[in-house]
Formats: sequence, C-alpha cells, structure tokens
Amino acid sequence: MAITVFALARIRNLYAVVMLGSIFSLLAAAMFVILDAVDVAFTEAAVGAGIATILTLGTISLTTSREKTQHRMKILPLGVVILTGIALIYGTLDLSHYGDPKAPAHQHVAPVYLKEAPTKTGMPNVVTSVLASYRGYDTLGEVTVIFTAGVGVILLLGNWRRRSRKDDNA
Amino acid sequence: MHSYLVLRVVAKLLIPFIFLFALYVQFHGDFGPGGGFQAGVIFASGFILYSLIFGLKNAELILPRGILRFGVALGVLIFSGVGVYNLLIGGNYLDYSVMSLNPVKGQHLGIFLVELGVGITVSSVMVVVFFTFAGYRKTNGEQ
Repeated sequence: MAITVFALARIRNLYAVVMLGSIFSLLAAAMFVILDAVDVAFTEAAVGAGIATILTLGTISLTTSREKTQHRMKILPLGVVILTGIALIYGTLDLSHYGDPKAPAHQHVAPVYLKEAPTKTGMPNVVTSVLASYRGYDTLGEVTVIFTAGVGVILLLGNWRRRSRKDDNA
Repeated sequence: MHSYLVLRVVAKLLIPFIFLFALYVQFHGDFGPGGGFQAGVIFASGFILYSLIFGLKNAELILPRGILRFGVALGVLIFSGVGVYNLLIGGNYLDYSVMSLNPVKGQHLGIFLVELGVGITVSSVMVVVFFTFAGYRKTNGEQ
C-alpha cells in the first residue's frame, strides 16, 4: 500500500493515478478481510475499486488526462503535513493493542450488543442488527446523505430541459 | 465497444452472477456479512458494467432515468416510512419491535424493510450518477 501511495503522489498521468487508486482500494479491501471486517471490505472493493474508479474515469474523459504540473516547492504545506503526521503517530501511541479485550471500545456498549443483539433482533449477524436497529438513525442519516448526493448530481449535471427538447425532435 | 467479442461474452456470463450475488447479499445480510448498502453497490456495479459494454442507450432502455429517479426517493421513503409507521402504531421512531406481536419478528421485518430501502436508494443513486456523468458530454456535444 505504501508503494502505491508513493507512486500516486509522483505520477502525473491521471489515468495511471486512477488505476493506482483502484489498486489501493483493492489492497485496503484485502486488509479489511484480514481484520475480519468483511462488510467494510465488501464496500471498499465495490465502491473504492469499482464505482469510484469508473466515475473518475468518466470525469477524466470529460476534462483532461494530464495533471497541471507545478514545479515550485512549497514549504508551508509540507510542514503542515509533517506536523499532522507526527501528531497522528503520537496519537496512535495511546491506542490499545489490536484485539485487546480491555480496550475501551470493547468495554462500553459492545458487550451488550454482542450479548443481546442475536436474541432481541433474531438475526445472527450483529453488524446488520446494530446498523439497522440500534443505530437506525445513523443509517437513516447516511441514506439521506446518499440521496442528497444523487439529487445534487441530477440537478447540477442532469439534463431535464435538453432531454425534453430531444424528445420533441425525435 | 460493440466490436469486442470477448468482452461482450464475458460480460454476458458475469452480469447475471453479479446481480444474483447482489440479491444474496441483500437478503442474506441478516445471517452473513452484507446488507443494503453493499448489495446496492454491487447491483449498481453490475449494471454499470452492462452499460460500459453494451452502451448507454441500451442500458437506459432497460432502466430509464425516470424509474431511477423514482428509486432514489423510494428507498429513503421506505426507510423513513417504516419509522413513521412505527410511530403511528404506538412505538418509537424506528423501533421495529412494535411491528409484530412478537418483538423479535418485528425487528426482523423492520430490518428487512430498512435494508431494502437502503439498497434501492444506493443502487439507484450510483447508477444515476454514472448515467449523468457518462451522458454529459454526449448531450452537450450535440448542441
């Protein structure tokens, strides 16, 4: 994954960048499978590696395939990035180890969900029951976000008027 | 892309299985990994593959934009409608337990409907976005 990221930052041809982004998503999906997060892996593989790639390719075909090169080296952004990186790495020092049963995330509501979800909702997949039932509002919010995105694209790029004119001609 | 025989044959073989897998992920999400969002995305990617290989026009004949726009709204309506229905029959918003005499069955039904709504909205939004992007230049170039 690190190699892909460095290649992503260096390459100027946008087609190659899109393909590398797709590869990165696929690697991320594989990583999620290794971490036993199959649901997330599904989404990452289908959205990140599949649909996002195709949409970006569509955008490139509408615009241009070369990135505008900028040769000036900028100090301030580099400094900000390095500082953020250091802060993030410092933050990970406080994280508990992977799979540590004493981690706060496993102490709060997770045991209740794991114990109650199968009997209360009658479905063996805890992820689904948490997403759709315990966290129903969140999921509704997500769906509304997707809905809004779709409506936005239709309104901005959709062709209501042109379409009606074409129908007249046909 | 009408001349690529291999692509057409392989796509024809693959697309039914993609759709089948999407439906499996949708309706089997209670038991295995998956759910509405993943199923919607897989369904949409199968359809996008079809329109990549066989052309946008054929794809729009199968799934016209009007139906897609309807689907975009329908999914959210199903989701929030389930919530409102729960309110009306005396529960909390999105509290599926009241939907049946047996709370567990109610939960099951509620989650099923909600996931269906999610799947419909997600897949139609994805396909709509793809259609809009892919058809943008064509319609503008004609002018």
